[in-house]
Amino acid sequence: MATDFGEGSTAEANEYETLMSTTDVQLLKTAWRNEKAAPEILQFQVQLVKRATEQIQLMEETVEEFEESGMDPLTVSLYQMDLDRAQFLLRSYLRIRLQKVEKYMFYIRKNDNLRNRLSEPERVFVNRCIDDMEKHLGDTVLSKLPDNYQSARRQSIISEEDDMVPEPQLETFVACKSSNRFVSLRLVDSERPLEMERHDVSFVLYKVIEEKVGVDIDLV
Amino acid sequence: MAGQSDPHISLFSPEEIEFMAEDELVEIVPNMRMDPLNFISGDFGPFFPQIPANVPLWLAMALKKRGKCTIRPPQWMSIENLTHVLEGEREDQGAFQAVPFHYIEISRLLFDHARDDIPDIYMVRSLIEDIRDVRLHKVETNLEKFSATSAVKIAHLSAMEVNVVRPFVVRALQAFYKHDNPVVMSDSDSVTDRQPQTRQPQVPRNAQRQPLKRR
Repeated sequence: MATDFGEGSTAEANEYETLMSTTDVQLLKTAWRNEKAAPEILQFQVQLVKRATEQIQLMEETVEEFEESGMDPLTVSLYQMDLDRAQFLLRSYLRIRLQKVEKYMFYIRKNDNLRNRLSEPERVFVNRCIDDMEKHLGDTVLSKLPDNYQSARRQSIISEEDDMVPEPQLETFVACKSSNRFVSLRLVDSERPLEMERHDVSFVLYKVIEEKVGVDIDLV
Repeated sequence: MAGQSDPHISLFSPEEIEFMAEDELVEIVPNMRMDPLNFISGDFGPFFPQIPANVPLWLAMALKKRGKCTIRPPQWMSIENLTHVLEGEREDQGAFQAVPFHYIEISRLLFDHARDDIPDIYMVRSLIEDIRDVRLHKVETNLEKFSATSAVKIAHLSAMEVNVVRPFVVRALQAFYKHDNPVVMSDSDSVTDRQPQTRQPQVPRNAQRQPLKRR
């Protein structure tokens, strides 16, 4: 792999980066990025979120103790900055997921595969969202329409399936990088696989890499 | 780029990309003693005066702001290396030189917060700006050669560059894809269902397109 780097230093830096990227914050950052860039909701990172939450709580207590014990204010402020960064990542991760749940609530609830990706609180949230949305639409509009047009999910009673439910657009393109040294992708329209090394960025049809996101491939 | 603050158009804000870059390690030379820092994001230090240490960029900047250290600019930011990269970028119109994934953000942060630690800062700065311009221009010209495909690979494209070209590349590829597969592709969803309330217009399309499936 080092052969096509003129200087060599960048290659070493990348290798080093890989070795270093094992803290939960790094993992959370990757999960956050993937979630942000993916058109659909991804598998909730139960263990990771649990660990990150615990570490954040612990650190909050530690920082408080530091303050009380009269520790050097500079050190305390540095710990606080580290804490803020971890909290930002966790909050942003959870928030993006909630946005997706709100956007695709009807679709997520009827699709087992997607529903299983949610955390327990998210499942509660999706149900409450749907109840609220149906009640709101019913009260404001649907109850005033003729009988055949009162569904929030179907255009009319003759629709055979839910045809007013927004679905995530999986046939979209995303930018991605290989998280391993090398990954090979089978494309739909080409005989040759797409081969990616760590320094390659590819714009690929999301459907093609869907199952590899978070495994061999990270979205950027 | 227009609409950078709109998450539907540009996925990551420049601030978010900068946030990611701030975790990259740099070498600092502290001028004080400090015990090891056992952060959530990793352990750093202990720090001793005049003994170099590797820390994430955000920590380096925090210490620098308080006058507690000097930052050693990374090796790739030397005039020699940058000149070499710039020459390479200009000579080879088809490919990009190897630069760190966050080179734009790192150099920008260092210019803003550690200018007195960078020797020949004006030279370094103008070299990096030139590299950036040549690369962006190269992406744009290469995009003209785009054709219908399900994947485009660009080696050594950096984080900020990905973000800048993403809206255009994604929409262009989607347009090609849509023409190749007229049935399956709907219009860019960022427009049609940005808010749940506006989803109705999208609906009849689904229904009407179904029968067209057999071409």
